[in-house]
Amino acid sequence: MLSRTADSLYWLSRYVERAENTARIIDAASRLAALPAGYGSATNEWESALAATGSKENFAAHYDEATPETVVEFLAFSPQNPSSIKNCLENARTNARSVRTALTTELWETINSAWLELKNYSPRDHNLSRLADFLRFVKQTSLSFDGSAYRTMLRSDSYCFTRIGVYMERADATARILDVKYHVLLPPGAQVGGSLDYFQWSSILRSVSALTAYHWVYRQNLKPWLVADLLILNQQMPRSIASCYENLTRYLDMLARHYGRQGPSQRHARSTFTRLQNANLDDVFQSGLHEFLSEFIADNNRLGSQINEQYLI
Amino acid sequence: MAKAFDEMTALGDGCRSGYELVQAWLAATPAETLRQRQQEAELLFRRIGITFAVYGDAEGEERLIPFDIVPRVLTRPEWQRLSKGLEQRVNALNMFLKDIYGKGEVLKAGVVPEDLVYRNPYFRPEMQGMQLPHDIYVMIAGIDIVRVDADTFYVLEDNARTPSGVSYMLENREVMMRLFPDLCARHRIAPVENYADELLATLKSVAPDSAPGEPTVAVLTPGAFNSAYYEHSFLADKLGVELVEGRDLFVRENIVYMRTTEGPKRLDVIYRRVDDDFIDPLAFRPDSVLGVPGLLSAYRAGNVTLANAVGTGCADDKAVYSYMPEIVRFYTGAEPILSNVPTWRCREPDALKYVLEHLPELVVKEVDGSGGYGMLVGPKADSATIENFRQKLIRDPSKFIAQPTLALSTVPTFVGEGVAPRHVDLRPYVLTGADGVKTVPGGLTRVALKEGSLVVNSSQGGGTKDTWVVDVPITDAAIMQFQQQQQQQSRHRP
Repeated sequence: MLSRTADSLYWLSRYVERAENTARIIDAASRLAALPAGYGSATNEWESALAATGSKENFAAHYDEATPETVVEFLAFSPQNPSSIKNCLENARTNARSVRTALTTELWETINSAWLELKNYSPRDHNLSRLADFLRFVKQTSLSFDGSAYRTMLRSDSYCFTRIGVYMERADATARILDVKYHVLLPPGAQVGGSLDYFQWSSILRSVSALTAYHWVYRQNLKPWLVADLLILNQQMPRSIASCYENLTRYLDMLARHYGRQGPSQRHARSTFTRLQNANLDDVFQSGLHEFLSEFIADNNRLGSQINEQYLI
Repeated sequence: MAKAFDEMTALGDGCRSGYELVQAWLAATPAETLRQRQQEAELLFRRIGITFAVYGDAEGEERLIPFDIVPRVLTRPEWQRLSKGLEQRVNALNMFLKDIYGKGEVLKAGVVPEDLVYRNPYFRPEMQGMQLPHDIYVMIAGIDIVRVDADTFYVLEDNARTPSGVSYMLENREVMMRLFPDLCARHRIAPVENYADELLATLKSVAPDSAPGEPTVAVLTPGAFNSAYYEHSFLADKLGVELVEGRDLFVRENIVYMRTTEGPKRLDVIYRRVDDDFIDPLAFRPDSVLGVPGLLSAYRAGNVTLANAVGTGCADDKAVYSYMPEIVRFYTGAEPILSNVPTWRCREPDALKYVLEHLPELVVKEVDGSGGYGMLVGPKADSATIENFRQKLIRDPSKFIAQPTLALSTVPTFVGEGVAPRHVDLRPYVLTGADGVKTVPGGLTRVALKEGSLVVNSSQGGGTKDTWVVDVPITDAAIMQFQQQQQQQSRHRP
């Protein structure tokens, strides 16, 4: 397969995944911001939404203040934000169009109709129910994209590259969301508690669509270190870092078998996955949650460059 | 201008051979039903995404080329004569190219003026003395044909660079078979579906000798924003080869490689849809980002075949066109089977004098223009436009040729309010490989949708229709059956 084709497939699925993550973050922020003022904290939820998408500095270059209006406009629609939902879906469509022959009809139609429907929404729609419609549409697009890939694509190298794109993006997003909230996920004994924390933890879980899962897995009240356990180490949880690496290892190995040779990206993914499998929560907190997460984000980026060098250029 | 020859009814209200069923179908089908079918066809085209981008359109909008549901019919004997003529013409084109980049005998013999070739902007000195596999320069030609009466076909233009539109020929047939299976089944229509197979075989047959084993072929596109991108991806798909852009390729030690996920892969034959000027920034335009640095030297080293060859543009130039009858005679020793449209070369003083005196009757074209741009259609132009053109002609006569306005044939076409005659042309696609010339029967019929208009280009609002080459006669039994079926259907209609 052409490297450019693989590159477009990889980025196509990363952009769709990124659009969905951003939609979830906006969703969680607007829930928290909707809490009665009595629960209000010193931190601004909208600022932490910017931090979770890694776009705080870029935002500051274009806006003075983080209000619901400015942040939603920036994260969802702004042409100045390369990772705004609108830009993500547009980039996804451009990538899809340049590799149309490598896509199934269903995949192409999902992306193309999302791109067409996007024109119906604008940053002027500040009405809450309209925003909810928009966020639902973005999540639906991503679900339908994933579903079409799963159900219609040949299990060839093309499929592997779309999967690898999804899990690279997802691992990065989960780590970033946790990193922004690490201060409320301190180990037991630290100064925590209270209803504000409760809402913050639940918002973290909501932003990765895991609130129900939490109750299923742990069958107890929200406890911060268990939230961290679920999202970092639990392999059953599809958005956890460990689960993303289980999948990255699988699809990178599948590629290696397909091509009859393996390289740095396979070795790297496998060793990260093994580390995650052998880790327990105490280890994570021992070194410091924030340190653990920022190291992981850097490490995940290294895997990205290895995949790029090995296959995409 | 004389009344145009209609391909279904001749000049009267009769029916020409081959059109019997089409005529009966049009007579028996209400306009409303035709309109529905037209809409279904459009839907099919939109769903498949057969679009083209319009240059200069700020939105970068992707548009559909209008498709007309009434097929154009050519009989087998008509086609046989045409295809013989095409074969002869394309052979002559190839011999001409080999000659002008080689010994130049046609120039020494004074058949074609030297400056027309050597000063031609599309002449590539880099090609002189190169030996191409099987001496083939033009593997894919699109020869534009117009018809003026039952017996007369003229060649309007030879497209020897990167003729486009073949995806429409194939998709039009596909859509017709889906929408009108009965009508299609009752004719013996020569298939076009094997075009892609023939094209691939042609491309492989001209692979360089140095190609190891089975040659690797790819289609080279300028990219997703090119107006013909749909066609490029369509062809790559049908051929089962990679669709590459310049940045996917690199040259090392005069060998061309594709960048793939498994490392560099050698490429032997490139069906390129990128013009000469842009193909290699080291050899031609240094600002081109579409090309591949070093491609020309790999080509000259005989390690890759480009289809079509570099420098073919000086054979499809409108000035060279006017010499094609002489060129055919010179190389084949035979009379041309297909005639040229009578053409005045404005570079010749007598011709220029005549053209200037008769501007309101003539069509004047720039020798290197295309797509219906930069031409004067005398009978349709106002006096200011004509005067403007007169000045251009006087300033630089050798840039122009002139032709009489032809009464192009018409074909019944569904135009909204009903079926009416509209002018058409025809672009058959001619493949030349190691084992000779092949032509898939039919081609792309382009139709001017505006009443009276002679301009069929898609960039100027023209449409397309399916082109059938049918075996005649169509049996009486088939006609009877068809009529019975039409009657039955109309009885069942509520």
